[in-house]
Amino acid sequence: MAVGSAKLIEIINLVANDIQENKDFLTQLDSAIGDADHGINMSKGFKAVTEKIAAMTDKDCGSILKTVGMTLVSTVGGASGPLYGTAFMRAGQAVGTKKELGFDDLLLILDAALEGIKMRGKAEKGEKTIVDALEPAVEVLKSSPVNLKLLEEAVKAAKDGVEYTKGIIAKKGRASYLGERSIGHQDPGATSCYIMLAAVHRALSEKSS
Amino acid sequence: MKKIINSPDNVVQEMLEGMVAAYPQYVRKLDGFEVIVRADAPVKGKVALVSGGGSGHEPSHAGFVGKGMLDAGVAGAVFTSPTPDQVFEAIKAVDGGAGVLLIIKNYTGDVMNFEMAGEMAEAEGIKVASVIVNDDVAVENSLYTTGRRGIAGTVFVHKIAGAKAEAGGSLEEVKAVAEKVIKNTRSMGMALTPCIVPAAGKPTFTLAEDEMEIGMGIHGEPGTKRTHIMSADELVDHLMEKILQDIPYKSGDEVAVMINGLGATPLMELFIMNRRVSQILKEKNIAVYRTFVGEFMTSIEMAGASISLLKLDDELKQLLDAQANTPAFRQL
Repeated sequence: MAVGSAKLIEIINLVANDIQENKDFLTQLDSAIGDADHGINMSKGFKAVTEKIAAMTDKDCGSILKTVGMTLVSTVGGASGPLYGTAFMRAGQAVGTKKELGFDDLLLILDAALEGIKMRGKAEKGEKTIVDALEPAVEVLKSSPVNLKLLEEAVKAAKDGVEYTKGIIAKKGRASYLGERSIGHQDPGATSCYIMLAAVHRALSEKSS
Repeated sequence: MKKIINSPDNVVQEMLEGMVAAYPQYVRKLDGFEVIVRADAPVKGKVALVSGGGSGHEPSHAGFVGKGMLDAGVAGAVFTSPTPDQVFEAIKAVDGGAGVLLIIKNYTGDVMNFEMAGEMAEAEGIKVASVIVNDDVAVENSLYTTGRRGIAGTVFVHKIAGAKAEAGGSLEEVKAVAEKVIKNTRSMGMALTPCIVPAAGKPTFTLAEDEMEIGMGIHGEPGTKRTHIMSADELVDHLMEKILQDIPYKSGDEVAVMINGLGATPLMELFIMNRRVSQILKEKNIAVYRTFVGEFMTSIEMAGASISLLKLDDELKQLLDAQANTPAFRQL
């Protein structure tokens, strides 16, 4: 895999597209245990991202990812803005001025994103958050040299993580006010994280097929 | 949905424009940002106070911008935390060289966005400190949840920390007194009807004609219980029991009382509530030093109210008595 700046923008656009398509679904999940705006806010943020990065094909990958982060921070609001914003900014720092990314960089990006989210949200696995989808995926990517097959397994692990959030009590965010009543509902943040990972996998599969 | 608006997308912007048009002697708006600052900001040598949060809680927080209270109020979208860039602009605009205190209500989004803004400001060499208000006793305080929400008691923090800053307190001193207020403030609310977020267009929850929800949050977060409607006295007894036992407030204490309307409850009903509050405090031999009845932190057009108590000492009394002159809070 060799992802240059143009391809990176293409991947992010696909992520944005999938968030857009799941806007109502994410908002519906959030209305059950949150404040019913996750899909609305994320779609607003990624719309702005698409516009912002369109002309960045000559920039390095780190700058593109940092721009995504800053745009999300300043447009999404709520808790998702700072969380996903920090994730992309940390990912950008991790790859620095590289103009081409390989599979190893994908691990670098997702690991930095995970650390950023855990730091910003003071969250650990098992609290019904984004971490429950992202951490299992990163763990899979760390288990052996990264390739498309392993990424597929990582996406599967993220999906299992989303399933897992249905059975646990929310300990972070607005959903935590519900206590036991949050059981039975899947976490909107974990879900949007899975949607993004799945989109990245799809974008990379299309290339190699 | 029946509202006096032009478009749901523009409510915050247009509200702020109307506010500035009404009170140019107190406040101005930062161009391109949903930030209201003191007309004379930055005040040289004074610690600046910045608060804010989602809109829909008017007059919080921009209504408390002025002498003796806040230096800036940052207005997010309705019920959505403002973003860090907005808070950062507010910090830069009001920093008078003595540092900036961020007064944050305890919601996950608010805390993260304000913290990021604080980091951005510190990177530019501005001294920043922050306090997190969590006065709502309806939420069980636990290490394993986000913790208690910040509601109307936040206005006591604005008032007293604002007075301390106006009197020349250092950032450390202003932060310390803000924390003292937080430690001694408890609140609890209830709702009779839901509210409608303009962008959503429909009520955030439903309550039957003969139901009320006790302990409801200011964004319609679920409360502790949904009950058949009670009389004003029964309702106040219930809220006061939860509030009083929490610190606890005890015989011989002196308190400030705030009866806060959530948007659609008339003053008539707020005074009926306060009647019972004052009776209860008298029975418990708790002296009322000052009472504030009105709308301080609303929830759009929700019908309902909250009660806040602040346990006072000499320092807090003196700061509570100090002059304040803002659009929504005047004490001359």
